[in-house]
Amino acid sequence: MLAYTFRRLLITIPTLLVVIGIVYILLFSAPGGPFDSERVVPEAIQAQLMSKYHLDLPYWKQYLLYIGQLLQGDLGVSYRYADWSVNELVSGALPVSLAIGGLSIVLSLLIGILMGALAALFRNSLVDYLVMALGSLGSVLPSFVLGPLLVLAFAIGLQWLPSGGWDHFSWPFMVLPVSLLTLINVSTLARIMRASLVEVMNSNYIRTARAKGLPIRLIVFRHALRPSLLPVVTILGPLAVSSITSALVTESIFSIPGLGILVVNGAANRDYTLVLGLVVLITAMVVLVNLCVDLIYAFLDPRSRA
Amino acid sequence: MPSSTLAAEPERSPWRDAMQRFRRNKAAVTSLVFLILITLVCVIGPWLLPHAYDSTDWDALKLPPALTHSHWWGTDESGRDLLVRCLMGGRISLMVGILTTLTSIALGVVWGACAGYIGGAVDQVMMRIVDIMYAVPYLLIAILLVTVLGRDFYLVVLAITAFSWMDTARLVRGQTLSLRQMEFIEAARAMGVSTPRIVFEHIVPNLLGLVLVYATVTVPSVILTESVLSFLGLGIQEPMTSWGVLIHDGAQMLDSAAWLLIFPALMLSLTLYSFNYLGDGLRDALDPKDR
Repeated sequence: MLAYTFRRLLITIPTLLVVIGIVYILLFSAPGGPFDSERVVPEAIQAQLMSKYHLDLPYWKQYLLYIGQLLQGDLGVSYRYADWSVNELVSGALPVSLAIGGLSIVLSLLIGILMGALAALFRNSLVDYLVMALGSLGSVLPSFVLGPLLVLAFAIGLQWLPSGGWDHFSWPFMVLPVSLLTLINVSTLARIMRASLVEVMNSNYIRTARAKGLPIRLIVFRHALRPSLLPVVTILGPLAVSSITSALVTESIFSIPGLGILVVNGAANRDYTLVLGLVVLITAMVVLVNLCVDLIYAFLDPRSRA
Repeated sequence: MPSSTLAAEPERSPWRDAMQRFRRNKAAVTSLVFLILITLVCVIGPWLLPHAYDSTDWDALKLPPALTHSHWWGTDESGRDLLVRCLMGGRISLMVGILTTLTSIALGVVWGACAGYIGGAVDQVMMRIVDIMYAVPYLLIAILLVTVLGRDFYLVVLAITAFSWMDTARLVRGQTLSLRQMEFIEAARAMGVSTPRIVFEHIVPNLLGLVLVYATVTVPSVILTESVLSFLGLGIQEPMTSWGVLIHDGAQMLDSAAWLLIFPALMLSLTLYSFNYLGDGLRDALDPKDR
């Protein structure tokens, strides 16, 4: 297990370096630098600006400098938000995104696993139909359609909740975004949990347990649940990546001051360091989640430690 | 792959078997018909309708939908006809979907077939690259690509292609690994056929069924990605439009003109739904052992 963890960790480092490399190449191939503006700037000042941000160095030196900075936990200075470092911008937005994302992940894991399990155990029941319907709904109504529909129903129609905005983690502003993210994830998780538990319940060793006369409760909790959770764990990695998409969309629909808005605005304003820092940060988080998923998987299923 | 060969009826090829199985699947056939219809309507419709997608009707700003006037699906806040805009948006969305799918499938097939057939260190390196690409939050890079390179139609296609070929590559590699063990490949190798010819003339044609199924599943996911980009304001630019752009615009006017959201959302959802059903139907038809 230790050797496996170590090997897995070793793969994550090149992943991060490659991502930073790709982003760097992209940014430098862009026409126009961050300090091109309508205003005519004297050449000396332009040169000074360039040298202050090390833009006059060869690209590979800038890359190495950046990596060195990163290792000290410094994401650099924002080019557009004057007087703001990327770290400061991120530390304002990260808690907001984490609160919404974390809450929705916990909720959707609980609800998704529970609903999927109930649907598998009571097939053709009301829960089962609900899970199937949700599953196909999730594939047809993407987040950017479902979100505005939720707003239409609960904010404009019923007027129960605000249609967007943010006020220091006060709950009415969190309900709709969290529900949107939860709905999307539950539809995937419940479907996968249902399919995998159905398969496990049809397997030979469960039949043996039944034949032995074990009560159904014991069969489910002691024998069926753990193996049926494996596919759910597997999907958590891709789910983390797709959650970024839904988080971007959600934050943009409800105008929530999280990381997503920073990314979109940074991209629109060509704020190189900001976008670069955010991409590095988010990639690092995704890589970390994938690492955890692999380790949990290896722990649950010893066969996968090859 | 044909599970059984019927020597008594030589004209029954595996493809014809598949066609028959497909035709029996009502949901899949309906989806296919719907998709053909919507494509035709999107391509031909804008020429037949009396309004242009970018012209303003000053007498009809934010007109609700009705059959009594010439704007059947209503107009947006600058008086542009929603029906024509939905059809034009459909053109772009479908075109992005199909073009991107073709390029990404081509890349994935070549990548996967080469990795699987050559094997060894080459395979290791190629698949490691795929692993790395998987861990990259693709939407962020796509956002970066379109901001840096511009928001042209072809750049959007390129940006989505760059991050949608890995699934195909993995699938094709796995299939190639098992094909490589077959006798007819061994025979070709024994006869001295060159590696590129074995890969492209003997392995790739045997992957077509799988690739077809995969392509139908890739199209909707590509359309979705384009819509998300456009929804965030980073994809197709005004006055050109796509379903994502229309949904975004509709979402802004929710409280006063909900139809601007409902119609494009409906078109997008129905299209995605049909592609998913079509993919399921094709998989069942082409891969009988999976039933």
